[in-house]
Amino acid sequence: MKEKFLELIKETLEIEGRELAIEDKFKDYEEWDSLGLLSVIAAIDEEYGVVIEGNKFKDIETLDQLLDEINKSK
Amino acid sequence: MALQKVTGVSIRGIGACVPATKINNLESAVFATPEDAKRFVDNTGVAYRHVVNKSGICTSDLCVAAANKLIDTLAWNREEINCLVFVSQTPDYILPATSCIIQNRLGLSKDCFAIDISLGCSGWVYGLSVISSLMTTGNFKKGLLLVGDTTTVTKSEKDKSTYPLFGDAGTATALEYNPAAKDLHFHSGTDGAGYEAIIIRDGGFRNFFTEASLQYKEYEGGIARNNLQSELNGASVFTFGITKAPQSVKALLEFAQYNIDEVDYFVFHQANMMMNDKIRSKLKIAAEKVPYSITDYGNTSSASIPLTIVSRLQAQLAGNSKTLLACGFGVGLSWGSVIFNLDDICCTGVTEL
Repeated sequence: MKEKFLELIKETLEIEGRELAIEDKFKDYEEWDSLGLLSVIAAIDEEYGVVIEGNKFKDIETLDQLLDEINKSK
Repeated sequence: MALQKVTGVSIRGIGACVPATKINNLESAVFATPEDAKRFVDNTGVAYRHVVNKSGICTSDLCVAAANKLIDTLAWNREEINCLVFVSQTPDYILPATSCIIQNRLGLSKDCFAIDISLGCSGWVYGLSVISSLMTTGNFKKGLLLVGDTTTVTKSEKDKSTYPLFGDAGTATALEYNPAAKDLHFHSGTDGAGYEAIIIRDGGFRNFFTEASLQYKEYEGGIARNNLQSELNGASVFTFGITKAPQSVKALLEFAQYNIDEVDYFVFHQANMMMNDKIRSKLKIAAEKVPYSITDYGNTSSASIPLTIVSRLQAQLAGNSKTLLACGFGVGLSWGSVIFNLDDICCTGVTEL
């Protein structure tokens, strides 16, 4: 599940030339911005059938925490 | 659930008017680089938009132009139009109501019911619900629903997340009492807990206009704006839209006892392409049934549904009878859907002012 999730985020944010790690603080990615946030919300909904509220992202820092939130919301 | 069936009212025509000034987003100075501009256009779908700029054109001017053309094309006697509903969040004045001013400008009878409604993205659907409910008894025979916004005036040019997304437009929809008309079905929803998702904080009566209202403040992501400009929480609106719009459409189809195949066109509020594509795919509607006007006009707030109908479906509607489902969602938070029939309507297209 972790690998698939990392691949999803990588594809969604159009990150090229490097691999992502689950402990990454994704908001520090140079590819991260307001459009990236919307793309990630949409991609998570598509893949996992879960809509993560925009406000929740304030408290989420790492990809690990984001994955936890998805699993909690299922 | 807030569901309604309204009988005896048919839509006779729809027209729209936009400001002549056209912006190409790929050339907009709001973006730092051409790559930023391209990414924005690719994701939101907004390539061009028509804006009032600093011309002084108001929503009412655009609506009056659209209405004049529609009334003349329908060859309606203005004295017979005795019901006028104006929906906008960019009125001429704080008071009086803009609908009163429009009654006079259009030369309508003084025996006229006129009212303003303050709603944005859901505005055309709500306006249609109100005017059709007023006309269902047959006490008003001819009515006008004027819907539009000039929201670009309220956007900060230092806010690349909202400034390039919006366009200005005014629309006119002509309605007639007709006992043989097919029923209109509505679903409506409201969630005021989300009132801050899209908001202009100052200049009303909760927070009066003061000198501080004009001061620009810096926000995350290189955004700066003052409190007379609109603030938009993109992620909140996005999650709201992709959740509530499909729910509303499904609830309405069930109530009206239609299945998706029986609807010829689904016209959604033009929020942004990513959001609209998501809503469409969640409902599993074929792409050819879902017209978009956002590419040429941007997000035009309350005008987006009628503007999409007249700019994208004019040829398909001429001489035909079609069933449409429209769904508006946004500022409020407010959302609504309607199923309606358009039978050989007079579609006066999009004019420029």
